[in-house]
Amino acid sequence: MRLFQFLGSGFISFLQDVGGIFLFFWKALIFTFTPPFRFRLFLKQVEFIGVRSWLVVALTALFSGMVTAYQVHHALVKFGGQSVLGGVVALTLTRELGPVLSAIMVVARAGSAMTAELGSMRITEQIDALKIMAVNPIQYLVTPRLWAGMLVVPLLTAMADLIGIAGGYVIGVLVLGIDHGIFMAKMKDMVELVDIMSGICKSIFFGAFLVSVCCYKGYYARGGAEGIGRATTEAVVISSVGILIFDYIMTTLFF
Amino acid sequence: MIKIKNLHKSFNSHKVLRGVNLEIPQGSMTFIMGGSGTGKSVLLKHIVGLIRPDEGEIWFEGQDITKLSERELQKVRKKIGLLFQEGALFDSMTVAENVAFPLKEHSGLSEKEIMHKVEELLSAVELLPAKDKYPSELSGGMKKRASLARTLALNPQVVLFDEPTTGLDPILQNTIMDLIRRVKEQFGLTCVIVSHDVPLALRYGTYLAFLHEGVIVESGTPKEILSSSHPYVTKFLESALMDIKKE
Repeated sequence: MRLFQFLGSGFISFLQDVGGIFLFFWKALIFTFTPPFRFRLFLKQVEFIGVRSWLVVALTALFSGMVTAYQVHHALVKFGGQSVLGGVVALTLTRELGPVLSAIMVVARAGSAMTAELGSMRITEQIDALKIMAVNPIQYLVTPRLWAGMLVVPLLTAMADLIGIAGGYVIGVLVLGIDHGIFMAKMKDMVELVDIMSGICKSIFFGAFLVSVCCYKGYYARGGAEGIGRATTEAVVISSVGILIFDYIMTTLFF
Repeated sequence: MIKIKNLHKSFNSHKVLRGVNLEIPQGSMTFIMGGSGTGKSVLLKHIVGLIRPDEGEIWFEGQDITKLSERELQKVRKKIGLLFQEGALFDSMTVAENVAFPLKEHSGLSEKEIMHKVEELLSAVELLPAKDKYPSELSGGMKKRASLARTLALNPQVVLFDEPTTGLDPILQNTIMDLIRRVKEQFGLTCVIVSHDVPLALRYGTYLAFLHEGVIVESGTPKEILSSSHPYVTKFLESALMDIKKE
């Protein structure tokens, strides 16, 4: 009986979170179209989410591209197919690794900070203070972050694709000795515009998803410093796992 | 001015307010008194629509604010300010930026006019020298004064204070209360103060109301309260005033 109770309450809480996050996203989206328009806050968030995340995303992409090239080459050599290395690395990065790793890095660097910041504002009644001053807190705090996330994560993904492919090129051509022309030609043959665009579309969704989850968890945090810590952990876990699950779902839909 | 009728509020199964009836006179310094955890702050948050009641009405300027949408409430909130217990200052902004915030949002004034108004408000609460400090660099009393300046920025008609003197030493308590009384006169405010400090309420209040077990059990002028025969009020006053006699 207790097991059913435990599972049931867990399931109800999961459904509440899913519904809450969707409604939260919807409200933040709707408030975009009601004045005042907060362009300056949007730019501030672009700087916070994007500019300050580029290095960590670039490093992740570089080493992922390099290690992918090594591993794929190891597999391809077994049946003499190493000439397609450039294409395989580029496909892997543009379709999957670029969007997923960029989004997860943004969750780790900016998403967790968003949850902690909003959580702290909630606990110290700063969110209520916004309401008291006749300022819509979701429009002020969440809408600029949402749009910044939807703009910046695709841009970081595009950068990650390029840097990851460059890393793959360094390993493939300079270390493993694959011909530069073959590497580039196979990449051009195998990668189509739809592969790049599917990754970019995924990353727009990931941007909206991770901002919604991280802001939602912070906005409704409770229970002092411990509560903020718990909310931040939950935000990072839900965002990261959600990104991987949605990546699978979108991959099956796109291809 | 503000009329509260039969206000009920429960959190899960815990009934906090069980039919509060209270009329706050215009221009008064009303103290809402009661023990800890009796729902005084909850009542205050109802008045600005931060909490919605389960049942009951709150009338302000001819409209029941419990029925207003969030957008309609924003208009009411420009007229009713709330000073939070811990100040609720934005910790990423300086004192001056905190006070300028509501003006930037709503006043339509130029940057220069806003800074002029900010200096005026900070002078009124005697905090001008600390205008470039961050909230983390301020003492408890300074935070409350900065928060008061921010609350006054929108020229409210009513200001609600959630335990404005809690955590302050007795001298600072009087300083803050003197300041509240002075700005009340200067800006023509109606002040509603939640507190359980009987001496302060008797000294500064013009109207007192006692909240006990979710209802207002007694209200009136300090003189009327002192002659109350309600057992809870008598006990509350005796306990508080006995401490003073002992001291």
